[in-house]
Amino acid sequence: MKSSVIIFPGSNCDRDMDVALKKFGFKNQMVWHNDPEIPKSDLIVLPGGFSYGDYLRCGSIAAKSKIIKSVIDFANSGGLVIGICNGFQILIETGLLPGALLTNKYLKFICKNVFVKLNKDESKYFKNIKKNVLELHIAHNDGNYFCSKDEVKSLEDNNQIAVNYCGQNGEVTEQFNPNGSINNIAGIFNKNKNIIGMMPHPERMIDKCLSSNDGNFFFENLIQNLK
Amino acid sequence: MKVKVIVTLKDGVLDPQGKAIQQTLNGMSFSDIKQVRQGKYFDIEVNIEDEKKAKANVEEMCKKLLANLVIEDYKIL
Repeated sequence: MKSSVIIFPGSNCDRDMDVALKKFGFKNQMVWHNDPEIPKSDLIVLPGGFSYGDYLRCGSIAAKSKIIKSVIDFANSGGLVIGICNGFQILIETGLLPGALLTNKYLKFICKNVFVKLNKDESKYFKNIKKNVLELHIAHNDGNYFCSKDEVKSLEDNNQIAVNYCGQNGEVTEQFNPNGSINNIAGIFNKNKNIIGMMPHPERMIDKCLSSNDGNFFFENLIQNLK
Repeated sequence: MKVKVIVTLKDGVLDPQGKAIQQTLNGMSFSDIKQVRQGKYFDIEVNIEDEKKAKANVEEMCKKLLANLVIEDYKIL
């Protein structure tokens, strides 16, 4: 399985993602944002960080970079695309995913472990993961997911809500909403479920010595479902 | 010519920065404030002298990059 991680000026989770993908058997390649196209891949990852210094709006400049056309073409042809944190913001700014990510409700950069509930119904990303709730890490200033009421309904109707912030036992309540996101939304799919954007970082949770290892479930399952 | 653009959050979109500014102003004894909403201002110099054409050009920029129309409105001055 071949994967590509796109590096933008200001990306800072690209190497963590590279380590995580390789640990679970992906042949990963790093792709520079100014490259004209992406080498043949089964998966493209837009990593976390502060692409282009988060100027204008988070992800907005990266969404117009040279490489993005290839990412959009790949996604539109059904290819698997993951955007984590800043990568999620970039996917939103390209229009591949709906809605917007606003500044956190209480204006704080949030850096902590959270529990998230997985929507395991349909997508290759979570199907067959044994757990329903994972402990992952978030580190962001602009992760407050926003969209209109009609759009929320459309997300629900199409089963596009991928992950929700929750308590340890899967309680999706305001108490466990770190940033003000509508309905505790931490990540969403596109309609076809080949694109996922989410604020939590699975790649930061792959080693018990450093953090925790719930991210292993995500990557293990991902490569199994791709084979 | 120069074209000026203001981008603001749409009504109903949470603006925590505006709120923090308002609270600070309140703390400075500016008590008669109903609401503060903050936004962005762009001063764009284009190589087009025809005002109508210049503004149409800037409008395209607003739609494609300067504003995120999901959450923001733009105004060309």
